[in-house]
Amino acid sequence: MSEQHHIISYRKLIAVWAGLLFLTALTVWAARHQVGIGHVWISLAIAAAKGGLVIAVFMHMRYEGRLLRWLLFVALSVLAIFIGLTFFDVLYR
Amino acid sequence: MSVTLHRDYAGAKLGMWLFLFTELLLFGGLFLLYAAYLARYPQEFGAAGREMQLAFGTVNTVILITSSLLAAMAVTAIQRNRQQAAFRLLVGTILCALVFLGNKYLEWSIEIGRGIYPGSERLVAGPPGESVFYSLYYLTAGLHGLHVLIGGFFLALVAVRVRMGTIHAGDFVLLENGALYWHLVDLIWIFIFPLYYLIL
Repeated sequence: MSEQHHIISYRKLIAVWAGLLFLTALTVWAARHQVGIGHVWISLAIAAAKGGLVIAVFMHMRYEGRLLRWLLFVALSVLAIFIGLTFFDVLYR
Repeated sequence: MSVTLHRDYAGAKLGMWLFLFTELLLFGGLFLLYAAYLARYPQEFGAAGREMQLAFGTVNTVILITSSLLAAMAVTAIQRNRQQAAFRLLVGTILCALVFLGNKYLEWSIEIGRGIYPGSERLVAGPPGESVFYSLYYLTAGLHGLHVLIGGFFLALVAVRVRMGTIHAGDFVLLENGALYWHLVDLIWIFIFPLYYLIL
């Protein structure tokens, strides 16, 4: 095969794994220490950070070309537009 | 007669990613429903979320993150031409999948025992927001569980082929795509966990 494949070292993968475990502990801690529905935003922010780590390193997106990065951007934008536009309706009824 | 195998690494991976985007939108629809109903029944969602078994959710999160690490390491191992290590890492990933599903079985048994399942007498008699919460929970976690099962089978197939030597450092796109699917399963759970288990 002619393509060059980026090899991610075990050490880097384990570092990301440790980061994900830390963020999991953080999200549980945050949920237990902040009562009320407001912490859903904190939970989502932490989940987005974890998702970003998984996509970037475990799924090799950091090392992919422009095509896949743009497609990911388009897919996530479509999802955001769906949710955003739905809330224009749901919130202002 | 010799047969020339056509291989298209970039195309195979692009196809996998396109499929994963449809999966994201599938689960995205369920998260959209969750968000719309959370806006309508914040108190009931809070009350229902408090009944969820946080210990099972947290343990399963750790198990899935670890299984994702093993799958990613398997890709690195095969790229470095270490078949045996790749095989063992895949077996580890599949074992994590089995433990995850075993936990799910125990968790759901306890919940069903408490009368929490779609259409149960307790939920029908209770406030509508709570039964919506649990219906969405069973639907989303059930669909996710089905993905864990499919992903586990797919990775088992890949592991057999790694063992046979038909997946190797020169041709590992099937392993890479299997790992991608597995990471998606992990990714979805990363969002299910706080939304359903941490709405305290």
